[in-house]
Amino acid sequence: MKKRVPLLITFITGFIVIVSFFVPHRPFGALETETLIWYSIILGFTLLIGVDSLVRLHTRQIRRKKKGWWYSIVFFAGFFYCLTIGIISLIRTPNPFQPGTVFFYGYETILIPLQSTMFALLAFFVASASYRAFRARNLDATLLLITAVIVMIGRVPAGHKLWTRLPGIANWVFDVLQMGPMRGIMIGVALGAVAMSLRLILGIERTYLS
Amino acid sequence: MIFFLIIGFSIVANDTPNDAGGSILITTYNIPEGTQKIELYRLAKGDTIYEEAGLIPPRGECEDVSVVDGVEYLYRVRAITEDTFYVAETKEFISSSPQWFNRTRITVLLFFILFGGVVLVYIELAKKNPKGLFIRKLPALDAIDEAVGRSTEMGKPVLFVPGLEGITDAGTLASITILEKVGKRVAEYGSRVIHPNFDPIVMTTAQETLKTAFSEAGRPDAFNKDDVFYLTYEQFGFAAGVDGIMLREKPGAIFLQGYFYAESLILAETGYSIGAIQIAGTNATTQLPFFVAACDYVLLGEEMFAASAYISREPRLLGSIKGSDLAKLAILCLIGAGVIFGTFAVIANNAGNPSYLGIFNRVLDFIARGNG
Repeated sequence: MKKRVPLLITFITGFIVIVSFFVPHRPFGALETETLIWYSIILGFTLLIGVDSLVRLHTRQIRRKKKGWWYSIVFFAGFFYCLTIGIISLIRTPNPFQPGTVFFYGYETILIPLQSTMFALLAFFVASASYRAFRARNLDATLLLITAVIVMIGRVPAGHKLWTRLPGIANWVFDVLQMGPMRGIMIGVALGAVAMSLRLILGIERTYLS
Repeated sequence: MIFFLIIGFSIVANDTPNDAGGSILITTYNIPEGTQKIELYRLAKGDTIYEEAGLIPPRGECEDVSVVDGVEYLYRVRAITEDTFYVAETKEFISSSPQWFNRTRITVLLFFILFGGVVLVYIELAKKNPKGLFIRKLPALDAIDEAVGRSTEMGKPVLFVPGLEGITDAGTLASITILEKVGKRVAEYGSRVIHPNFDPIVMTTAQETLKTAFSEAGRPDAFNKDDVFYLTYEQFGFAAGVDGIMLREKPGAIFLQGYFYAESLILAETGYSIGAIQIAGTNATTQLPFFVAACDYVLLGEEMFAASAYISREPRLLGSIKGSDLAKLAILCLIGAGVIFGTFAVIANNAGNPSYLGIFNRVLDFIARGNG
């Protein structure tokens, strides 16, 4: 019973969603949007579970004076700051994300620069990963190195200056050499996902039920 | 102001095809030169005055989505230029209605029936003859034991990151399958698994999965619910948080399994910098090269979806893998036949026989319908 009911729910829901993909007539047509709304509502409530998990974790870190416990104080400072200015902005205006609110100010001047900084780090990580990947240790790695050099130089104005046909070769690498395997993987992923969905709907795949 | 009913400027209204009703498709033809805007008016049957129904975009086509199914309407448009305006109107009443089948998706339905049929047939065959199924080796899954074992020997925890998608994503569901196997090994070896989450629903699922895995390994007491926790719903906040965990906890093995975005390389490179053995797997094709460059083992796209079959060796699961492989072979043959026939059609067209190219284009149009 503990497993049969969730399996039945999965089967019925999966079947209805498949039908709604092909049948636009009411009530099926709107079901996809409806289920997404339901999911958003459920997600809203589960965020509370997430916040509870986060608060408990950091409280424990501080109480036990675990290594790096002061980061948890930073967490609480950020958490209560967001909560306070969020509530204040919500009282003052119906939409806290409206430009001009205290909440939006904090979002724009603290969160966005922090996220941009993390994103910018990617450039350094790309450089270090490329260095390792492009070392010419064997024939495969050498071919990869040559291709990468062609693509990188072909993508910048200096490449065009060096040899006018270089950007065209770089584009050919992108559109032909790279696209073929990429499409092969994409077809495999799509078919694998469909097969997995079928297994879930038919109750063959049950890991998610624990 | 004088208005003109000019010859050529016309309007056609039709029930929008393949929809849930409540919409009429308006198309205007031969829009007069110098038109600044096109106003749309509508007259419901029984009414005497046309009501405004919005503006038609410059391309001359729009959907009137404020109609009521079953009510019949006449339409009129006014194309306004700098000094005058032109009028066109429909002659017959038109009404909207919902359709029972979206015909643009007929190719998807055909594919679904064929693919689903093949998979189901192979599941049945697998049940009858479970020994006749072979699945090739997946080094990334074989390396789980090695990674967890090495991590345990070093006295370090295992880190499992389930990606940045919700539980509705197939990649996340596949990662839960791999988590179960990792959880069992961690419990057997007496190690610890840290599982930061981007999505609270995934967190709850992961907690239950690990709890079951620890119980099945005979170590329910070793499971610590607090090791599976929520981090944040912000992409780079999550990346920063996981990086911090990597640098503080120094895990011996890192599993990056699920759907990742631009943070994939940030996570994989940080993992590399601390010397952890890394096993990645994703259905995000754009992130695969980053994982290949920075991780020790990678499950490439569909290999993730085969994980449950590979781990459990359950005949029905293996049968579904074989079924999808056969469908893939069929698609491969179709692509090959398409390439040969397409090339032949172009050669024939250049030689003065356009009929083959016409057939080829019609087939392409039919297949592309499903994208609508």
